[in-house]
Amino acid sequence: MRHSVSLKIGPVGFRIGSDWRVPIAALKDLYRDYPAPDDGIADFNVRLFAARFWRRFIRPSVMIGGDYIIPDAAPLPLEMGLLAAEMGMNLQMALGQRRYLLLHASAVVRDGKALLMSGVSGAGKSTLAALLMARGWRLMGDEFALIDPMSGLVYGFPRLISLKNAAIGLMRSTLPQGRFGPLMKATPKGNIRHLVPDAQAIAAMETPARPALILFPTFGHAPAERAVDEAEAFVRLTQASTNFVGLGQAGFDTLTRLVREVPARAIDYPDTESALRLVEDLWSATA
Amino acid sequence: MSARLVVETLREPARCERYDAAQWNALIAAARAEQIIGTLACRLDGLSLPVAAKRILDDARALAEVGRTLALWEAEAARRALAPLGVPVLLLKGTAFVAAGLKAGVGRSIGDLDILVPRGALDSVQDALLAAGWEWVKPDPYDDAYYRQWMHELPPLIHRDRDRMIDVHHTILPLTARITPDADAIIADSEALQNGLRVPQPNDLLCHAAAHLFADGEMLGGVRNLWDIHCLLEELGTDGLEARARLHGLHHHVMRAVRLSHDLYGTDIPIDWRVRDPADALFKRRLLARDGWGRVRPKWIEHVFYLRGHWLRMPPAMLARHLWTKWRKGYHPVG
Repeated sequence: MRHSVSLKIGPVGFRIGSDWRVPIAALKDLYRDYPAPDDGIADFNVRLFAARFWRRFIRPSVMIGGDYIIPDAAPLPLEMGLLAAEMGMNLQMALGQRRYLLLHASAVVRDGKALLMSGVSGAGKSTLAALLMARGWRLMGDEFALIDPMSGLVYGFPRLISLKNAAIGLMRSTLPQGRFGPLMKATPKGNIRHLVPDAQAIAAMETPARPALILFPTFGHAPAERAVDEAEAFVRLTQASTNFVGLGQAGFDTLTRLVREVPARAIDYPDTESALRLVEDLWSATA
Repeated sequence: MSARLVVETLREPARCERYDAAQWNALIAAARAEQIIGTLACRLDGLSLPVAAKRILDDARALAEVGRTLALWEAEAARRALAPLGVPVLLLKGTAFVAAGLKAGVGRSIGDLDILVPRGALDSVQDALLAAGWEWVKPDPYDDAYYRQWMHELPPLIHRDRDRMIDVHHTILPLTARITPDADAIIADSEALQNGLRVPQPNDLLCHAAAHLFADGEMLGGVRNLWDIHCLLEELGTDGLEARARLHGLHHHVMRAVRLSHDLYGTDIPIDWRVRDPADALFKRRLLARDGWGRVRPKWIEHVFYLRGHWLRMPPAMLARHLWTKWRKGYHPVG
């Protein structure tokens, strides 16, 4: 393709090609501290392309392609090219990842042990992970946690943190020195702005950690906390995994081991302050 | 074109020990797009490869193994649903290759379950599958009527629990195609597996693979389909193939398949089959039309074969009516 960039996020290499310069330039800038894929060989390819030739120039709209695709995915306007690239990479992970059990969860590390936070979109996974990063935790990722079937360790996927709507202002004031991408207004998911993970997160992005606590956060209720037993954690995490079924027995064994070895809690929180208090209290009590 | 890289690597795996990163990236993207990366991974197993490439191929091989298990389980589910009917049930394509333990099945990606049953048994097969948890996929009455009136298979069914599709064929080419293979002969001469399911005899496997590649559709996944043909020829030989192909009206297509397999994969074929046919070049061009990003290039060739696929399927007036209906419903070929 005319423009391209190769980079590695956690243990996963990507090659992203584009008909336009702008999205690649944005990726090169925001991912400038990330290494290249091992041996220069990417695990996944992402393509950003125009559905028709003239669509490169006239009301340019970006189709998302790659090794794995969803048919009939709607294109995005070129101003959201960076979002398209991120969606393309997420899509490869969600549909094509087979080396690790992939959990839709954010993950942070303290003292070499990992906290996983899994929840539906809007539960605050990304925001909580970003806030914990600001308080000195090592960010492993705000979207996917990768469980290694052999060792049971969690590997990070510290892509750009995807901040939505109110979380954008919150993180701007929490991390005034942070590196932020362009503000993309009125995307299919509302306003989006990316935050580059801090130096600690990038430097240690290939270092796995032993999972120590699983949280299922829910936003919008009075502070509360309850234990989640193995069976419920198992079912919730099968729903949070895109490749549990595809991995066959390896997926089942990996997830069973995770919920047996790692305690799980559900927390409700009305605001981020109380969420952080809940999380850090639980962490000192359990992990 | 990177499909050529895929073909050359399948043909001569040791080449890849000299590939640079750009070649590896192109090879992997093109092999994924052609849905042949599992086969490629099995071919390259044991060679000394860059670590990053080896990891990708190990994943692909593991995935193919899970896929094989799922495909065989799906065949078993269909067997259990259909056994009470007492009609012959033939496995076709990928599932037939793995069930019969053929080389063509090694590492092969398998999507839907394809079976062939006698046309007279279609209604009872359909009822038995519906009773066992399969459901119709196509809600559109035009699509449904189209399948029933013109196609060689029932409208696709999907199992409500396992989310897997089954295509129930009663012959191997659409009824509207100008060629009418002898489905009764395919069933009569089929070979039984241990579990009671059946597979077509070797020459029918080859005839079907060639029909699938050249006489039906748009030649999507041609690299893989031709690899099937190469493996079948190498493993099962060519005895009686010409006569069998003539019986089905597929002589022309089978001979082209054999020539291209010889040309691209180096298949050993009888000397007098190695003739020149000027049209082979265009088919070869279509087969190899895949670039290092997994895109079909040049793009025009996709449109040519889209039209050819439809032209083969139906007479012109019917084709015009069909394309008009599909166009009004918003369908356009996009690559």
